[in-house]
Formats: sequence, C-alpha cells, structure tokens
Amino acid sequence: MTMQKQTFSSPIGNSVQRKEGPKKVTGRSKYIDDIEFKNCLHGTTIRSTIPRGKIKQINFAQDIPWHEFTVVTAKDIPGQNHVALITTDQPFLADTDINHAEEPILLLAHQDKILLERARQAITIDYETLPPVLSIPEAVEAQTIIWGKDNILKSYHLEKGNIDSIWSKADFIIEDTYETGAQEHVYIETNGMVALANKQDGVTIWGSMQCPYYVQKALIPLFNFTEDKIRIIQTETGGGFGGKEEYPSMLAGHAALLAWKSGKVVKMIYDRAEDMACTTKRHPSRTHHKTAVNKDGRILGLDIQFIIDGGAYATLSSVVLSRGTIHAAGPYNIDHVRIDAKAVATNSVPYGAFRGFGAPQSIFALERHLDQIARKLNLSAEEIRRRNFIRDGQKTATGQLINEGVDMESLLDRALKHTHYKQKQRQFLDDNISNTKIKKGIGLATFMHGSGFTGSGEKYLASKVGIQLDRDAKIKVLSASTEIGQGTNTIFSQIAADALNTSTEIIEIFTPDTKYVPNSGPTVASRTTMVVGKLVQSAALGIRHTLQKEGYLKPTHSEVEFRQACLNYVKNHGELTVMAEYQQPPGIHWNDQTYQGDAYGSYAWAVYVAEIQIDTTTYETKVTNFTALQEVGRVINPILAQGQIEGGVAQGIGYALYEKVNLKDGRMINANMTNYIIPTSADLPHIEVLFEEVPYAHGPQGAKGIGELPMDGPAPAILNAIAMATGLELKSIPMLPEDLMKAFYEN
Amino acid sequence: MKINFKLNEKNISVDAPPMKRLLDVLREDLGLTGSKEGCGEGECGACSIMLDKQLVNSCLVPIAQCEGASILTIEGLGTEENLHPIQQAFLECGGAQCGICTPGMVMASFDLLKKNSNPTVSQIQTGLAGNLCRCTGYVKIIDSVTKAAETFK
Ligand code: FES
Ligand code: FES
Repeated sequence: MTMQKQTFSSPIGNSVQRKEGPKKVTGRSKYIDDIEFKNCLHGTTIRSTIPRGKIKQINFAQDIPWHEFTVVTAKDIPGQNHVALITTDQPFLADTDINHAEEPILLLAHQDKILLERARQAITIDYETLPPVLSIPEAVEAQTIIWGKDNILKSYHLEKGNIDSIWSKADFIIEDTYETGAQEHVYIETNGMVALANKQDGVTIWGSMQCPYYVQKALIPLFNFTEDKIRIIQTETGGGFGGKEEYPSMLAGHAALLAWKSGKVVKMIYDRAEDMACTTKRHPSRTHHKTAVNKDGRILGLDIQFIIDGGAYATLSSVVLSRGTIHAAGPYNIDHVRIDAKAVATNSVPYGAFRGFGAPQSIFALERHLDQIARKLNLSAEEIRRRNFIRDGQKTATGQLINEGVDMESLLDRALKHTHYKQKQRQFLDDNISNTKIKKGIGLATFMHGSGFTGSGEKYLASKVGIQLDRDAKIKVLSASTEIGQGTNTIFSQIAADALNTSTEIIEIFTPDTKYVPNSGPTVASRTTMVVGKLVQSAALGIRHTLQKEGYLKPTHSEVEFRQACLNYVKNHGELTVMAEYQQPPGIHWNDQTYQGDAYGSYAWAVYVAEIQIDTTTYETKVTNFTALQEVGRVINPILAQGQIEGGVAQGIGYALYEKVNLKDGRMINANMTNYIIPTSADLPHIEVLFEEVPYAHGPQGAKGIGELPMDGPAPAILNAIAMATGLELKSIPMLPEDLMKAFYEN
Repeated sequence: MKINFKLNEKNISVDAPPMKRLLDVLREDLGLTGSKEGCGEGECGACSIMLDKQLVNSCLVPIAQCEGASILTIEGLGTEENLHPIQQAFLECGGAQCGICTPGMVMASFDLLKKNSNPTVSQIQTGLAGNLCRCTGYVKIIDSVTKAAETFK
C-alpha cells in the first residue's frame, strides 16, 4: 500500500458547522447585555411625545435626587450635534425643534436602574406644537413644509426608450396604485451599547451592530476627535436585518455622551417597547403603475411613480430609494420605461434600512400589477411573465446588459413543475366552488435582486480585508464585516481555508474592532460573501503565494505541511499580514446623473410560489406551502444559505400577512410583541428552498449575494394567491384579517 | 429576602427583593447570562427555563416563587465540550443563526422532547410556538428537534 498524502476536499459547497455555533447553542455567547462592566452607570433617554413642535421647557420633578444623576442635553455636546451618515440633518439630541415623536431630547444616567426609571418618568416637557405631516399624500401635497423646500428628501428619474411614444400604440393601458406598510425588524436582541469616553483615551464603544465603521464615522464629529480616538467593537449580535445598520450610531453617541459627562462607563440597553417605537423601520411605500400592453401580453411600456416615506430625517432614504427604483422594473425586457421616484419627509420616526432595502416595496407593486394585467388579458400569471422575461444580451431599465447565463424561463418552468402549479391551481379552483368556508389559492412572483452596493458604491467604498499569519502561526481574517447570524464567520473561514488549501478549523475570525481590523465596508446589501468574501480569498491567496515564494510551501501540500510552513515562516520572519483591496471588475460603468449603466455587478434571480388558504369566517390567511427557487451563483454553505432564504421568506410572510405598525400621531401604539405579530413556528408552512447554481466570475468561488433576495418574493406571491382564491385584486400589505374582511365587504 | 433553591443540580441561596424577576436574578446576581430577555412580557420565550420540570418564562417569575424549587437553565444542560444531544442537533442542523433565541429554544425543545420523545412536525410547531425566532423561519429548528428526537430514541 502506498502512503497517500492527506488532501482536502474543498470546504466550498459543504455545510461546515457554524463557527461560533457551540457557544450559541450552549448559551455561552456574550451579547452586549451579557458582558459585565463593573460599576457602570445605566443610561436612558427622554423623548418627545409630539410629532412636531418646539421645546419650551424641560421640567424636573422635585422628589428625585437629581444631583446623583448625569444629565445630558444638546448643550453638553462637545462637537457637532448631528449623526453623520449621508447628510447631517439629524441631531443626536433635539435642541429646540422636534421633528418626530420619540425624538431624543435628554439623556440620564444612574447606577440604580430602578431609580433611573423613576427619574425618567419625573421629567416632563412643555412644547409649542406645530401641525405635523404624517402620510405620503400630505408630504407630496406640501401644504406644510417640514423638510427642505418641498418635503422631498431625494428623487430619481430613470428613463429608457420613450414612454410617451408608446401609449397610442398599446392595445391596453392598465393603471393602478399599490401600497406597502412599515415593518419592524424585531431582531430578538434589542439595541444595546456600552461606552467609555474621556479626553485621554477617547471613546470606546462595545455593542450590537452591523457596521462598526459607520458608528466610528458618526462619533468623530460628535466629539471632534480624530478617528484613532474613536474605537468601536462589535459584540455578538442577536440579529440585524438592516435594523442595526444606522441606528447603532445614534445609540452609541448617546451612551458616549453620558460616559463623557459622567466619566464612568455607561450602558444603554433598550427594552422591547423602546426599541420598537423609537428605532428605524422599513419605509412605507406607494407605487403607481401605468402600463402599455399588447393583447398578446407583451409589455410595451412601464410608467412608474414610486414614493417612499422617509420619516423625519434623510438617514439612508436616498439609497433605499435608489435600490427600490432600480428594482421597480423587475427581471423583464421592456423597451420603454420611465420611473419617477421620491423619498418624502414626514414627521414619523425616521425609516431606515431593512433587508431588501426598497426592493420589496417596488417589487410588490410590479408583481401584483402583472397579475392584474394577466387577468385582464386572460393570460395566466406565468404566461405574462414568460412573454416579458429579460434574457442574456438584453438590457434592464438602467440599460445594463444582462450576461449572466441565467435563464428566468427555465427557473419558472422548474418552479411550476416542482410545485405542480397548474394541477394545484385547477384543483383549488374546483375546491373553492364546493367549499364555501375555506378558499385556497396559489400564486407566484418572479424577481431579481442586485448584490452589493448600487452603481459606483463599491468603488467608492474601496473595502479592505487582511489575512494575518500571526505569531502563534494561526491564520486570522481581519475584516469589519460582522457576524449577525447570517454566517459571515463560517463563510469567511470556508473561503480562506479553500484558498489556503487547509481546513476551516485553523482559520480564526478577528473580532470586528476598528482598532485592529481594516474597513471592509458595512455589513449590508448582500455584499459580504460576494464582495468582501472575494477579498478574503485574494488576501488568503496572497499568504499562500508568499509562503510558496519564500520556499516554505510546495504547490500542493497537506494540512500538516501547511501548519509547519506557517510555523517556520513565523519563526524566521515574524507575523505576516496580506491586505486585499476592492477592485471593480472590468467593464462596469455607472452614471449617477442619468441613473444609467451597470447598477449591480450581478443579480440573484428567483421564482417563489405561495400556496394559501383563507378561512372565510375569520378572514385568516394561512400560507400552507412555500417554495423558493433561486439562482445565487455558487452556494458556499448549503445549510447557511438555506437558513438565509428560510428566514427571509418568514419575514416576507410576516410582511404580507401579520406585521402592522399602528401609528397614532406619529407614535407606534403597538410597540410590543403582543400586538405587533411576527410569525411563530405554528404560523409558518414548510419552506422549501431550491437552488440553481451558475457560478459568478467575480464572486469568491462563484458566489453571489443572498441575504436580501428572499424578502422580495413572498408578499407579492402571497397576495397573488389571495387574488386567485378570492377574485379580489388586493393592492396593499400588510393584509391582516380585518383588512381582508374590509376588502370582502367593499366588493 | 433569602431564597433557597436548586440551580442546575446545585443548592444555592440568594438574597434578593421578593419581586425581582428570576431572569434578573439568574443574569445579574448569579452571572448566568444564557437566558435572554427578548421582550420581558412573556411573549418571546428567549428567557425560557425549567422550573420544577415545567417550562416557564423566567421574565414572569418573581424570585420569591422559587423557594425550594429546582431550576434548570441552558448552562445546566450542556457545555461546549460536552453538548447535550439537543444542542448537538441545533449545531448540526443549523438551528441557531444569530443565537439569541437559541437558549430558550433549546430549553423549549428539551421540555417538548421530555413530554413526547417522537414528535411530528406539527407537534414540534405547536410545542415551540411560544418561542420566537426572527432569523430561521423555524425550518432548521424543526429539523434540529427531529434530529434530536432520533438521538433520544
Ligand atoms: S423575555 Fe421572557 S418571554 Fe420574552
Ligand atoms: S437565531 Fe436569531 S432569533 Fe433565532
């Protein structure tokens, strides 16, 4: 028998176990509220109770020992009072003007949490109230101006072909308006931060977050410190979904201000009510479609007005709007497209990033609209899509040439076959005639989702990643990309291990800490695997090449040889760090002015099918089966990838059927888990996840983005299924039983 | 007020205000931070523990009620080196993503499997309906419990 050299099967494509899994399943992971900070103070926030007005006076009740408290108002801010993000319109603490309910005005800290809560309730504020703007129509009407000259936070205009030339040639012109509601993230770990701040050491923040460098960027002007004096450390994060993209900057700022004034470590952990009522949510939207169609189902032109409610400050609305705009025309080849998009200001708590980032809103409208068109033309839902799908060699609404080797039509065929779509449709229609109590439906949505930042975003970010062979001969991945449950740690170790031809066990992921890790950009936009993962791969290959070039490693090696090579290298030269920086793949062009060009490096493509049943006595809709078929490039870790899709679909089902943010005078009145319902295990169907894998040339091992995609499809597929079951062309979500009942009565 | 109870097989005694929530006693006084607070009002199950062989939300239990009781928390179920079969199954099947619901979910699964060692999917769905997870869509959690049940058999 000959001795075989130990070789590795690549970890790519295998369900390698979650890197931090053992700690998580045993309850040993330390989230921010689990970490002990000796003698820390607890912080809390006093917020406005009105949506718009001016602060007249702050009253402190008599029976509280105020001298024991640290009190911070806008006047105590050492630097600039704005949360630096894209613009600078949002203050950390309102000084005189109140622009939304729950706006932070004053901060309090004390060692005793119970006393702190008593003190919080002992502060009252007198206001001079002003008329608020609380809806998209009011904002557009612009009777009252609350932001800029016209309440418009941002607008885009996108044009392909000449839409106005087409109306006269169309057999049909079909118009309608669609609406989507706000959605709360409900990550199970609420926002929390701990801060230390003083002149000598600067500011140190520990907390739950997606983007450490965003927090750093926001705290630099707040304290007028240089970046080396602002250190941000991510702790284990219990879910984000976009909800911990920009808001952590606000909370970190608050904790830091209290720490600065008190000279002590300050901990601020929101309870569920505060987290739900005061932090960002998904932008509500309103989309108007006017469509020119031929009688054979060919869409000649799409004229779309897409409006999102941005809330009181600009935050990320411009980029959310951008993604929503680009996705508004879907995966279809249409010659004439015009999209007018606006993000408007209202006196609502600022809306922000949420998985899908504007795309679920505009895709909901388009996919519902297509079903309506199909019914008017007496075509099936699948046929209208089939006749309009974009194919390789054709151009999207932004003029991007599609060339990914993905065929939507074959995805559709696979989904139809797999779900027995036609058969079920016939059977449900039959059943619905005989069964007056239960109505069944099946519906679909076809869509695509761009991975990574829009347009030139990735170029400007110029993300960096390092791989370090450290003094103990361990391999460490240095990046600011955070593990928030989606599997970053595991995926990065798989990519690095594959590049180094070693096992994932010897790869360690360095804690995202701005003192030590380079800025690999924010953990958003389905960019971590595709964009940052590619950098992990390049940097790891750099380590391998250095070891080879210096004669420590042969072109093929065993794990033992690899470890030995690392040890030998470190002994002779000390530690080795290789950095990789983002290079835009060749041939990508984007024009920010005309909104034309290559909007995304690549897209993920999908066909989702929902089966539902409605109880016509309670008007409850239940999703009975869900199939999610998608092309996402190479799947690096099947269990993690499935988990992303399943979780996203569950949030999409919640978005469609359960989750309603009830606002009264700009305040969320159902800010608790009893009255804001997210799906439980008993509410959800089995979610079947199917992949089609067409490797993407510029992703690590062919991978593309995956995280946001599953948020786009469920709501339209479900509402299309409800339309089939009931004959009602419903145009808004969430569709709770009371909404459905209303629709029944109105028709 | 002094309260004596058994925690993860050890007799202990704590001094705490009678109405202090068991969750806070575990986390603050005893340093057992595996049980999480997701809502503080009995809705999410992140704080689930076993109290006298019953699954309870520890955010709703005043410590005074624990006198003489026997309590099992996630820390008593298994360790990283010595995982309980349910924890092993969660690890293998992808039942934990962000992990914040996981300790409660594992405790609820423990309770479920003790009552029914061979649950159907729909029994698992109902059995875990008091524990919210925002990451997984529950599919991999159900897989984990099914897998753990096989190991139990
Ligand atoms: S924290 Fe106890 S049930 Fe949510
Ligand atoms: S794994 Fe994140 S909430 Fe369940």
